[in-house]
Amino acid sequence: MISRLKGQHGSGIREANTYLGQKYVVADSSLIPELLQVLRDQEHFDYCVDITAVHYPDREKQFEVVWILYSFPRNERIRVKASYAEVESVPSAVPIWPTANWLEREVFDMFGIRFEGHPDLKRILLPDGWKGHPLRKDYGIIQQDQEWVQINLGIESGQ
Amino acid sequence: MTDRTTIDRTSHLELEHHEKTFLDSNELIINMGPQHPATHGVLRVILKLDGEKVLGTECVIGYLHRGVEKIAEHRTYTMFNPYVDRMDYVAAVSNGLGYCEAVEKLLNVEAPRRAQYIRVVLTELNRLASHMLWLGTHALDIGAITPLFYTFRDREEILKIFEKYCGARLTTHAFRIGGCSYETYDGFEREVKKFLDFVTPKIDEYEELLTTNRIWVERTKDVGKISAKECIALGVTGPVLRASGVKWDLRKAQPYAAYPDFDFEIPVGQNGDTYDRYIVRMQEMRQSLRIIDQAIGKIPDGPIMAKIPKVMKPPVGEIYHSIEAPKGELGYFIVSDGSTQPYRVRVRPPSFVNLQALDMMVRGALVADVIAVIGTLDIVLGEVDR
Repeated sequence: MISRLKGQHGSGIREANTYLGQKYVVADSSLIPELLQVLRDQEHFDYCVDITAVHYPDREKQFEVVWILYSFPRNERIRVKASYAEVESVPSAVPIWPTANWLEREVFDMFGIRFEGHPDLKRILLPDGWKGHPLRKDYGIIQQDQEWVQINLGIESGQ
Repeated sequence: MTDRTTIDRTSHLELEHHEKTFLDSNELIINMGPQHPATHGVLRVILKLDGEKVLGTECVIGYLHRGVEKIAEHRTYTMFNPYVDRMDYVAAVSNGLGYCEAVEKLLNVEAPRRAQYIRVVLTELNRLASHMLWLGTHALDIGAITPLFYTFRDREEILKIFEKYCGARLTTHAFRIGGCSYETYDGFEREVKKFLDFVTPKIDEYEELLTTNRIWVERTKDVGKISAKECIALGVTGPVLRASGVKWDLRKAQPYAAYPDFDFEIPVGQNGDTYDRYIVRMQEMRQSLRIIDQAIGKIPDGPIMAKIPKVMKPPVGEIYHSIEAPKGELGYFIVSDGSTQPYRVRVRPPSFVNLQALDMMVRGALVADVIAVIGTLDIVLGEVDR
């Protein structure tokens, strides 16, 4: 499968490997919409297990978005990864897998990554008016939106 | 209180504008929760209704958000272990198993056989406890009070075993990375066997109360239907997926711990309705008993901990490991940067993903069915919000 993908997309696939027995593909961000579609339609990855991100503040493109996919017919998993800069937006996978809806909302909530074409991109776990995205590395562990806490909870600090 | 929740969390549901006579102008928006006994925690569902009929819903979640994934980045691998128990707090043992196995994979160590058998016994006991709690509360929501007393009475026996094993009843922290930190106590096997004999007829007793009960059948048959295709598209796993006819269980599909050693069936349903999900979970309880029965008789001798370094520094890399928790696929995606603390821990919570299907399942149904569907999805808000 990997070689087939490489043959079709050539240099867009930067790395395709296994680590500890798990397959992963690192792709160019421009290839992502097409690659995800191909993986579902032609390679039968019909179940999107998870969408998440990792923040690497030192890299030029700070965010690595990870799609974890599973195929029922093949009983196989694959991870697709691509890097995005802070200003870039990621193509939404909602048209491909409806389950991506809440998963992408959580990534947006926690990292501030925008998903292009998402039907209702807004915060999911934190309150709508909250400032900051907690899973970014520059967000401190005891940091909070003091103003929101004071106005909405009527207390000095949540700490 | 009401102001606080309405300021920030406004709904996208707005009344569609069309011609109305005074007779059909009773479309209204109702808030269910966040403090509502049938939402099993602090879940707020905004319902758009036409009389009794549900036109649409929106879930507002996050009331129990504690930032578990953020905490993980600031703790060592060992220190984070107890935190996972606090996500799905009715199945803490399963959470611990998934996390420990994920880190073990990252470290490239394997727990000794004895530890793996103990893990299976405790995890299956926990699955029983989780299903019992689900049955009691789900039946209570629908109006049957008696099962709650029965299931809580019997679940108590499981919690007693946990307490004797590790000192805690709910947030057990039963396993350590590399194995188990406690040896089984004297008489563990005997007590578990005694429990099996005690509980087997009890499950028949629950079924006697409900399976052919006319009110139960009327309230659950054809309620909250979801097809296999919809389940897969929405990423729904666990008993909900199996009740829709997909024979998929991670214990069989991608076996972990000592599960390949045991003989058990994957119960499946056909209609994907609330009644089938009930039947599937009841059968799963019997299968869990079967697994425990096989495991308890032949727990091998040997060490309970693998040789792992005191200071854990997994090599740079990442891993995704998932297990079949009582509620569905529970996954951990861990990124290691070679230091003592994980660079990133992502938890793939089954309750969170399954809850997303609520809207699809209740559209066109009655308000009373919303309660039944929330119950049948078997969500734990501690895990939804993390």
